[in-house]
Amino acid sequence: MISASRFFDNRNVLGALFMLPAAALLLLFLTYPLGLGVWLGFTDAKIGRGGEWIGIENYEFLVTDSVFRLSVFNTFLYTLVESVVKFVLGLWLAVLLNKHIPFKSFVRAVVLLPFIVPTVLSAIAFWWIYDAQFSIVSWVLVKMGVMDHYINFLGEPNLARMSAIIANIWRGVPFVAICLLAGLQTIPPSMYEAASIDGASPFQLFRYITLPMLSPIIAVVMTFSVLFTFTDFQLIWVLTRGGPINATHLMATLSFQRAIPGGALGEGAAIATAMIPFLLAAILFSYFGLQRRRWQQGGKDK
Amino acid sequence: MTRITRRHFLQASVVAGAVFGAPLLAREAQAQELSFKPEAGARLRVLRWKRFVQGDEDQWLANTKKFTEKTGVEVTVDAENWEDVRPKAAVAANIGNGPDIVLSTNDDSHQYPDKLLDLSELCEYIGKKYGPWYPSALAYGKSGGRWIALPLGAGGNCMNYRESHMKAAGFGKFPTDTEGFLKLCRALKKNGTPAGFALGNATGDANGWCHWLLWAFGGRMVDEQNKVAINSTQTARALEYARELYPTFVSGTLSWLDPNNNKAFLSGDISLTANGVSIYFAAKTSSDPRMRAIAADMNHAVLPVGPVGHPTMSALFFTCVVFKYTKYPNAAREYLRFMMEKEQYEAWQKASLSFVTQPLAFYERNPVWTEDPKHTPFRYTCKNMLPNGYAGTLGTASAGCMADFIVVNMVAEAASGNMSVNEAMQKAEKRAKRYYR
Repeated sequence: MISASRFFDNRNVLGALFMLPAAALLLLFLTYPLGLGVWLGFTDAKIGRGGEWIGIENYEFLVTDSVFRLSVFNTFLYTLVESVVKFVLGLWLAVLLNKHIPFKSFVRAVVLLPFIVPTVLSAIAFWWIYDAQFSIVSWVLVKMGVMDHYINFLGEPNLARMSAIIANIWRGVPFVAICLLAGLQTIPPSMYEAASIDGASPFQLFRYITLPMLSPIIAVVMTFSVLFTFTDFQLIWVLTRGGPINATHLMATLSFQRAIPGGALGEGAAIATAMIPFLLAAILFSYFGLQRRRWQQGGKDK
Repeated sequence: MTRITRRHFLQASVVAGAVFGAPLLAREAQAQELSFKPEAGARLRVLRWKRFVQGDEDQWLANTKKFTEKTGVEVTVDAENWEDVRPKAAVAANIGNGPDIVLSTNDDSHQYPDKLLDLSELCEYIGKKYGPWYPSALAYGKSGGRWIALPLGAGGNCMNYRESHMKAAGFGKFPTDTEGFLKLCRALKKNGTPAGFALGNATGDANGWCHWLLWAFGGRMVDEQNKVAINSTQTARALEYARELYPTFVSGTLSWLDPNNNKAFLSGDISLTANGVSIYFAAKTSSDPRMRAIAADMNHAVLPVGPVGHPTMSALFFTCVVFKYTKYPNAAREYLRFMMEKEQYEAWQKASLSFVTQPLAFYERNPVWTEDPKHTPFRYTCKNMLPNGYAGTLGTASAGCMADFIVVNMVAEAASGNMSVNEAMQKAEKRAKRYYR
């Protein structure tokens, strides 16, 4: 008995013991599916039958596949444009919301709406907004006499990309804005007061107090934002299914199309696995880059 | 039933299939009745696609209820969007657990034939009683010489057009060849009442008419040996034709998904498209007088025949499969037999307003085809359609090519001028070879 209680009194043993449930959950629901996905990417598994190990054949095929290459390009374009715009708009919105405005809590709640509405619903709303025949935007413009034809929002490759990007930004900005707002509220007002007494301009206040103080949270928020954007699926699936002529296919949508409706589980898994390195890179960048002390303290790299 | 009788049945249906149009009505009475004895305490779970027209699901459930009353076998029917049935059925096949019976689409059953219960006895009985099975039914139902799926029929696919607009364009009746069809589309465009055909990644509609177009000019994805044959002069001709056709469409068809042509037709934005009976059904049953006016003015026509000289339509095919893991194989067979018998099947077709077109010659006589003349063009959908992956065999490659929109993308690229005809064709060839290897 004594040895047993001593055993459990050991901090290391107890720590490991307490971590066990969490570790089991992670292993079962995260590590296993991820590992399975990666493994499937190296097989020729089809839906309904297991696969044989085929090494990197899936990847060799994908490299030569023009649709896959287009989807990689699209994914990067999306992530880059959307993340930058979401960050700028989100920060701007957060700074505005942090000021004393009338109906503050109401406005803050409203801003969150796009994020609260299930993506599928907002995607369907956008699908109507962008419809080739029933678009409200086109209708208004035509009625106002600005244009004489409806805009082909989702029918022209570049326009379709832009339309999808705008819809995604609309949905993603509130998340960034609200998180940054929370960050803004943790900055002690005394810092601003001290800086004001020293004669700092509003821009200097922002550049030398707000931004550095906010950067840890920016790192976290933007990491999440990039991850969400990079792996976006629902919006594209509802709006275009990857069309027109695959101009809006993302890696996630192509992966699904090949794996589930197409039945090529192995290839779909390979496409999904191909996303992992990019996602890892995004995470590493934010953790080792954006969270640097020196940056946060307003300094520069040596 | 012994082996010999089964083989006998098989021969009978092959012979019957060869002699097309033979008097079939008499055969019904001769056929020997077959029934399977459900296992004691049997319960069945059925997964089906969500209705396209309300009457379909209602009548299916009513027929199911009748079956339960007659046999005491409890049946639960779940309905899912048709595109979601495919992955669910595949997962069920993979893990060996799930619904006993699945109403699946197209070549789903050919992706996991060895997981499916042999339905040969049932299908041969049905074929003998109500047959012959049309060639498309044989293609979708059989694999490796045995029946792996019970063909239910195909979603009808026809030209939907506005009669008054066609007349205004100078056509007394709907053109039956591709040449006349192009002229009609041009005339409709000139009158400001254009046609519209989906060219986005629309699983049902875009695949449907793009395959018709390809096949109408003799183009095909693969030859009889499953070798990719898309890069051909016939395909080129089909794409040249698509190039001339595309400018006659309403704008935005490159972005169209499955619901778009229905919406545009019902709003009056287009006067011609290819679709099942669902547009007509929605218009006819609507309480909106404008919609009912459209129902009165619209009509259907079979897809025109191209230079290849025979009908080349493509349609969504429905089959029933029973998984081997079911604990009640005979109850499942009996359920399917019951649903295919005249009393149930005809009522089902009628309730679904001819949405499901029969795979068996006998049901050509169903009054649903004649009581409303606007249903008549759908009548021979199964008889006239070509199976997916024509002229090769059904399987993972044909399903993969269709799910990847290779034909649709090729037509869209060439028609919109995004690529030259040759480029589009070569790209499709390259993509198809990844599946057929």
